[in-house]
Amino acid sequence: MKAAIIQFPGSNRDTDMAHALSLVTGYAPRMIWHGETALPPLDLIVLPGGFSYGDYLRAGAIAARSPILDAIRTQAERGVAVLGVCNGFQILTEAQLLPGGLMRNASLKFVCRTVQLQVENNRTPFTSRFLPNQIIDCPVAHHDGNYFADPRTLAALEENGQIVFRYANGTNPNGSINDIAGVTNRQGNVLGLMPHPENLVEPSQGGTNGRPLFESILDNLS
Amino acid sequence: MNIKACITVTLKNGVLDPQGQAIRQALNSLDFPGIGSVRQGKVFDITLEDTSEPDAEKLLQDMCEKLLANTVIEDYTVRIIR
Repeated sequence: MKAAIIQFPGSNRDTDMAHALSLVTGYAPRMIWHGETALPPLDLIVLPGGFSYGDYLRAGAIAARSPILDAIRTQAERGVAVLGVCNGFQILTEAQLLPGGLMRNASLKFVCRTVQLQVENNRTPFTSRFLPNQIIDCPVAHHDGNYFADPRTLAALEENGQIVFRYANGTNPNGSINDIAGVTNRQGNVLGLMPHPENLVEPSQGGTNGRPLFESILDNLS
Repeated sequence: MNIKACITVTLKNGVLDPQGQAIRQALNSLDFPGIGSVRQGKVFDITLEDTSEPDAEKLLQDMCEKLLANTVIEDYTVRIIR
C-alpha cells in the first residue's frame, strides 16, 4: 500500500499517524511537505491533526489553500482514499472536499477527553472492520470541532449514509449538529473525523480501539 | 487610485455563535440595558493600490469567496472607504 501523510506548518499528529499506519498495516507512509505541487501515485492520502498555521483566520483555512491541495483534489476526484483527522478534517471542509464546516466548540473550551464514538456506517473503505453500530471509546483533543451543515446538506448526509461516526450516549464534546463526529464525501472515498483513532493502536496508548480503522484501510486499499 | 476597504465577516444568521452569546451575557452583567443579541465577527482592513472602485469591489468579493469567509457558515460585507 502506498500512503502519504501531508505535513503542514503546525501539524503535530503526523508522526503519530505514521506510527499507527506502519504498525497496523506494515507499510510506512511517505511524509510529504505541503509546499510540494505533485504527488506520486498513491492509495491513501492522510491529512494529520495539529494546528496548521496556528489556526489563523479559521482552523484549517490557510492550509486548505496550500500548493499541495490541487494535487490532493485531483487524486480525490480519481477515487484515491483521503483521510483527515482533527485538523485534517478541518482542512478538508475548508477545501470543500467535504461538506459542512467546523466551528468553535459550543462550550468555547478546548476539549481533551475520551468520548464514545458510534460507527454509523461500516460500509466504507475506512470502517469495514468495525461492527455495525459498534461503539468505541476514543480520544478527542480540539477547540474547533463543532460540525455544522445547513438543513439541506444535513438531510443529504443522513440519507446517503455519509455520517460515518457519531458521538454516542451524550458524549458530544463540542455541540456538533446531530452529534456528527465524522463524515465522508458523496463518493465515500474522502473521510474526515475529529477523534484520534491513531492514538489508540497499541496497549501502551491505553487501548487498541482505533486499530480497525487501519485494518480496514489495509484490507481495502492495499 | 489607491482604495481602502473594510470587510466584515460574521457567522450566518441561524448559526450558533457562542462567543457572541458570552459577550452578550458579559454586557448584561455590566448592566447595559436593552441588548437584543450580539454577533461576533472579524474585520479585515485592506488597501489596494492602483485600481478603480468597480475593479476593487470585484477583487474584494473574490477574496471573500476564496479565503476571507467560509461561506458554509459565514456571511461577509465589503465596504469601500475611499
